[in-house]
Amino acid sequence: MTSFYDEVQELRARYPEGTRSAILPALRLAQEKHGWLSRRALEETAEALELTPAYCYSVASFYDMLHVEPIGQHTIEVCTNVCCGLVNAQAVLDAFEQELGVGPGETTDDGEITLRAVECLGGCSTPTIVAVDHRYRQSVTPEDVPSIVADVRGG
Amino acid sequence: MAETRVEVAEGPALVLAGYDDEPLTSLAAYRAAGGYDQLEQARAQDPQAVIQELIESNLRGRGGAFFPTGRKASFIPTPDKIAKPIYITVNADESEPGTFKDREIMLKVPHRLLEGCLIAAHAIQSKQVYIYIRGEYSREYEVLQAALDEARNAGLVGGVDIVIHRGAGAYICGEETALLESLEGKRGQPRSKPPFPAISGVYAAPTLINNVESITTIPPILAVGPAEFAQIGSPPDSTGTRLFCLSGNVERPGVYEAPHGITVRHLIDDIGGGVPGGHTLKAVMMGGSSFPVMTPDDLDTPLDADSLGKKGYFIGSGVVTVIDERSCIVQFALRVAQFYMHESCGKCTPCRVGTRWLVQLMRAVEDGTASERDLDLTLDVCDRIIGKCLCVLGDSAAMPVASCVTKFRDEFRAHLEHGGCPFGGDSQLAGLFAPVDQHAHSAVPQEALV
Repeated sequence: MTSFYDEVQELRARYPEGTRSAILPALRLAQEKHGWLSRRALEETAEALELTPAYCYSVASFYDMLHVEPIGQHTIEVCTNVCCGLVNAQAVLDAFEQELGVGPGETTDDGEITLRAVECLGGCSTPTIVAVDHRYRQSVTPEDVPSIVADVRGG
Repeated sequence: MAETRVEVAEGPALVLAGYDDEPLTSLAAYRAAGGYDQLEQARAQDPQAVIQELIESNLRGRGGAFFPTGRKASFIPTPDKIAKPIYITVNADESEPGTFKDREIMLKVPHRLLEGCLIAAHAIQSKQVYIYIRGEYSREYEVLQAALDEARNAGLVGGVDIVIHRGAGAYICGEETALLESLEGKRGQPRSKPPFPAISGVYAAPTLINNVESITTIPPILAVGPAEFAQIGSPPDSTGTRLFCLSGNVERPGVYEAPHGITVRHLIDDIGGGVPGGHTLKAVMMGGSSFPVMTPDDLDTPLDADSLGKKGYFIGSGVVTVIDERSCIVQFALRVAQFYMHESCGKCTPCRVGTRWLVQLMRAVEDGTASERDLDLTLDVCDRIIGKCLCVLGDSAAMPVASCVTKFRDEFRAHLEHGGCPFGGDSQLAGLFAPVDQHAHSAVPQEALV
């Protein structure tokens, strides 16, 4: 098995020497490994990139998909921008809140699922778009919500 | 689970040529549709001649700025004039609300995008291409990466290195200099211009940045010939076709390829089947959420930059989002303002502070606690944002909000007089939760942490 350090070196090799371009893919990799970008995850990333943990934190905290606080093992992200909003996004978000018992930004008590509202996901002609672990489900209605949650819990 | 409708609404099919329900994802399928023929022909030509063809076609940027693609390419110094590598970055960070065309290009005709990259690389004599793809696009990344692997194995990329670089969720990274910062491994905050990317882009080297659709239009331009291409659509300035993104309260939403110059009404009513359920069109989010909203009296405007520009509109990224009479326009303005507040990178004060003020003002109008003065104050705040920041994100918040206040002043006044929203919770956009109101995740129980 390739170590995290070695994997990051492979990422670095894709970009010109002496640049920091591998940081986003490296942070993504660290997040996959640790679940979120904990202090330890940032330190490992910094070590592999020859940067400081503080620099890695400053970059990570800028981006919506990088989590510098604990997050559930799975994410359910509901687009609530205008195009989805015009159709039924709020009803879909409400249905997830009810099904999961947590509000947007919150994680279920078992640490399994984090529910988030997100900005436009680029699926505007098939509202509402829900990204389940970053896989898009299109044309989601409130009626679809229980089966999506069951899928996540079962899968 | 419905898939996105992607169709050639009116010919000629250029970007979507050869696509007929079945995606052209495999190299064999794309080859069978004439794929990579233009690359071969372009490589047999002098690089400058290819740039000349792009100039002649008058292809304009499809990402929103509408800048002439060929001219931009001509700004790149030739390798004999500069001792640095020359880069191409493709902007695949599609995140303008209402825009979903680049995603479909990558899913349906990924090789055409790659062929466009390779032709552009030949034209400006670049050996390094970065495709900066939006972080949320997982399937699109996989399809494009698979196509790239196939093209590479078939020996088509030649000496050009193409790297697909994944973003991590930031609307601002669609702004070209923020994209460059992000690609360099930094926070995605825009740079001051000049220097322009053509002179000092990624790694301070000459960089050509183009949108996915712009690059994907290059092979068909060479296929039909630049002179012929320049006659399609609304010459001289809005040449060729567009992938229009139709959404909202419309019968058949989808991505439709059609020539520049069809009217907004034709797109909505004839191609899109009109507003469903006997409802009436109230406004159109035209070009994207970053621009002034269109009112029904302007629906006969042709979808080309000049015709739209004369009436104060923008073609943007080809967005047409239909809003019917069931939606409160104040809620729309509020939700748009919340989006830009969430996405402001915080570098320039007018944008960082102004977007927050716009949210507070729209919230006060919606709640009925505002006064007539606040409407003027809103326009004043917009005025103090527009043109006063490093990039256009602030303008993108101010323009739509100002247009709503100006064009729908009576509806705003009704909120003030009614002491709240006259829709009384029945608007489609009522109570829409925005991510800007979503704070840190509640603490995950320690025992649940791996």
